[in-house]
Amino acid sequence: MATEHQHEVLIVGGGGAGLMAALYASKGADTAVLTKLHPVRSHTGAAQGGVGAALGSEEQDRPEWHTYDTIKGSDFLGDQDAIQFMCEEAVATVFELEHMGLPFSRTPEGKIAQRYFGGHTNNDSGKPVRRAAYAADRTGHMILQTLYQQCVKHDVVFMDEFQVMDVLVGDEGVAGVVAVELATGELHVFHSKAVIFTTGGWGRVWEITSNAHSYTGDGVAMTLRRGLPAEDMEFFQFHPTGIYRMGILITEGVRGEGGVLLNNDGERFMERYAPTIKDLASRDVVSRAMYLEMRDGRGINGGRYLYLDVRPDTVNKYAEIDGRTRPDGSPYIVTGEEILAKLPDIIDFARTYMAVDPIIEPMPVQPTAHYAMGGIPTTLRGEVIRDEQNTIIPGFYAAGEVACVSVHGANRLGTNSLLDIIVFGRECGTRAAEYTKGADFLPLPSDAEAMVRKQLEDLRGGEGSEKAATLRKEMQEVMFDHVSVFRTKEGMSQSVEKIQELKERYLKIRVDDPGNVFNTDQLEAWELGCLLDVAEVTAVSALQRTESRGAHAREDYPKRDDQNWLKHTMAYQDESGVTLRYKPATITKWKPIERVY
Amino acid sequence: MEVELRIRRYNPEIDEKAHYESYSVEAEPNDQVLDLLNQVKWYQDGSLAYRRSCAHGVCGSDAVRINGVNRLACKVLVRDVGRKITIEPILGLPVEKDLVVDMEPFWEHYRSVMPYFVSEEQEPEGERLQSAEQRQRFDDTTKCILCAACTTSCPSFWADDEYVGPAAIVQAHRFIFDSRDTAADERLKILAEKDGVWRCRTIFNCTIACPREIKVTQAIGEVKTAIATGDNK
Repeated sequence: MATEHQHEVLIVGGGGAGLMAALYASKGADTAVLTKLHPVRSHTGAAQGGVGAALGSEEQDRPEWHTYDTIKGSDFLGDQDAIQFMCEEAVATVFELEHMGLPFSRTPEGKIAQRYFGGHTNNDSGKPVRRAAYAADRTGHMILQTLYQQCVKHDVVFMDEFQVMDVLVGDEGVAGVVAVELATGELHVFHSKAVIFTTGGWGRVWEITSNAHSYTGDGVAMTLRRGLPAEDMEFFQFHPTGIYRMGILITEGVRGEGGVLLNNDGERFMERYAPTIKDLASRDVVSRAMYLEMRDGRGINGGRYLYLDVRPDTVNKYAEIDGRTRPDGSPYIVTGEEILAKLPDIIDFARTYMAVDPIIEPMPVQPTAHYAMGGIPTTLRGEVIRDEQNTIIPGFYAAGEVACVSVHGANRLGTNSLLDIIVFGRECGTRAAEYTKGADFLPLPSDAEAMVRKQLEDLRGGEGSEKAATLRKEMQEVMFDHVSVFRTKEGMSQSVEKIQELKERYLKIRVDDPGNVFNTDQLEAWELGCLLDVAEVTAVSALQRTESRGAHAREDYPKRDDQNWLKHTMAYQDESGVTLRYKPATITKWKPIERVY
Repeated sequence: MEVELRIRRYNPEIDEKAHYESYSVEAEPNDQVLDLLNQVKWYQDGSLAYRRSCAHGVCGSDAVRINGVNRLACKVLVRDVGRKITIEPILGLPVEKDLVVDMEPFWEHYRSVMPYFVSEEQEPEGERLQSAEQRQRFDDTTKCILCAACTTSCPSFWADDEYVGPAAIVQAHRFIFDSRDTAADERLKILAEKDGVWRCRTIFNCTIACPREIKVTQAIGEVKTAIATGDNK
């Protein structure tokens, strides 16, 4: 028998979105946070460059420009009402973080410092604008630490290292979740009025990724298994600058500080692809340009990587060519010390993992699987919806990378993920607490933990002819080869078949560890099941979309097709496979136009 | 190349006491020690338990003893440590299984120093102003990822686990020297007590252990000076 607990609000996931939700939900309701990792281990802490908000610390900026840049960045698939809401909330929300003590870097006047980031522009001039509020190159770390500190201050209840494996949800609402306590292997049923999913992304579907080992798509897999749809799963962002072969993220802030991408001829090739903002184009645009350079033999020594060059001489050379200036109008000239002071962690990563000192050598980089634009569909209030008519499931909320509001559409702009987690984390926390006031606990189903128990018994009782690690590797390779930056019908069909074969073979896994205490063997095998479900939905959704939009670029359908495809995919999964339906994107006042940078 | 891993194993459901097991794995010089642990877990013995997540030195999950020194398994490469690698759990916290330790005593010390921003002043509409110099004053200690490598390398902590330990002092330092914070006196009072900063004997193990290269001993010294002089500028 599982141990039973009761709270009004349960939050699943202790990253930035979960902690923000916890701070707000716990003001008005009895709240607990269930996390697979201790909260400070969450992947929010790996975000580097900044959080987007039109503060105008360094130069003129406006929330409307941020809104439009985000819509354009999304390749017009993002829901415009939600984007406008997020960008308007951004300014006050970043100040709120400062009030919580977040140690932002500062301008000479003592204001929050801001830097350039891809796709963020002055809409009058079309030139880049400094919109990314930052704390050196560890902005995500400082957001995560600050929010956790505030949770400690306000006595938020945490259940650390509790792996949630099922959500008890139906059309009428949620009744709670089922979790395994990692330290003991014991099953726990948590009964609640409201559930907020803030479980993060699934970059571990791909071979080369910036994402943590723990980023395995648990949240989406759980809702798919309960018959709920996943939205826009074909849109997964490949960040242009991952450390070659390892995928570790090198922030776009490097280019914001004046770094450039170079090919084997030493050419700053982004000039050809994005004449106005060059290296600061959107991530999808830059990653595609890199693939084309490498395909045409201009990778470094003909290989599958390019150089990211932030040596002071290089930065100063191109700053002069671009006519770049400081906010006070003086020419932009940097020293090695300034680069080191603004990007200390990046310098450290390069030295540690590549034995490269970026002050004196360029860094070898390649695109790396980075961020899920798609996920659990929600309204702009964070309410989870269950169909194309936007029908709300009472008491169920989602925020952050696991959710698809959609504010990122087909491609997310850098800095908007940190903004997303704080704005929509807060929104979910507030709404969930309000919801509990007028709601009763739904009855728990009898034998609430049955589905989880069955999943775990299967993993322990399989015939043992397959190993989770082998299947995971095969999935990551096929998805990286065929469902990544450029896609074709043949490649994606092959991936769908391969994933379906892997799902069959998954049934033959038997975990080595028969024990209960910290059985991470069992956990990893369970996570692989999530990854496979998510990979299948991603590949099927991608195969069906016969156009190129944002991060979904098809060689066989190279143009965007607004006539047929200005709509969100809603994917449902069951034992027979994936069913796709669609709903329109929300357009308020910005008409889709061709996207050039 | 072939690397020999010697790992301290303990499974409370089976073992009376801890023991060492050896594993041979194929590795590249650029592989992380975490990659080697993964090789063992994924292909040789799935029951091996350790914590890991980000795999690039920012989440703080995988602090372990590598050849006798506290390090993050994902921040040490094979080329740094050679072909014979001994991996053990960090010291001074109860082992739960293999390389997984009970971190709760560590978190308890963390919570004891008021590790959160406090301001009695009225919040402005925009940001509180802070000069770049004031911000720089506590920059180093904002880097802490709470991996516990420092605290569990400290002989004073090994000798007496009531000692609050270097990591908690680093956290307190981050607020004590923040010009916006108004609770420095309370934190200094906590750290002036018998289990506070005076247990530090400036052995410098913490500074050597820190994967974020925080000058931990210096930060503790600054807190000691602030207690002695009442000055936290």
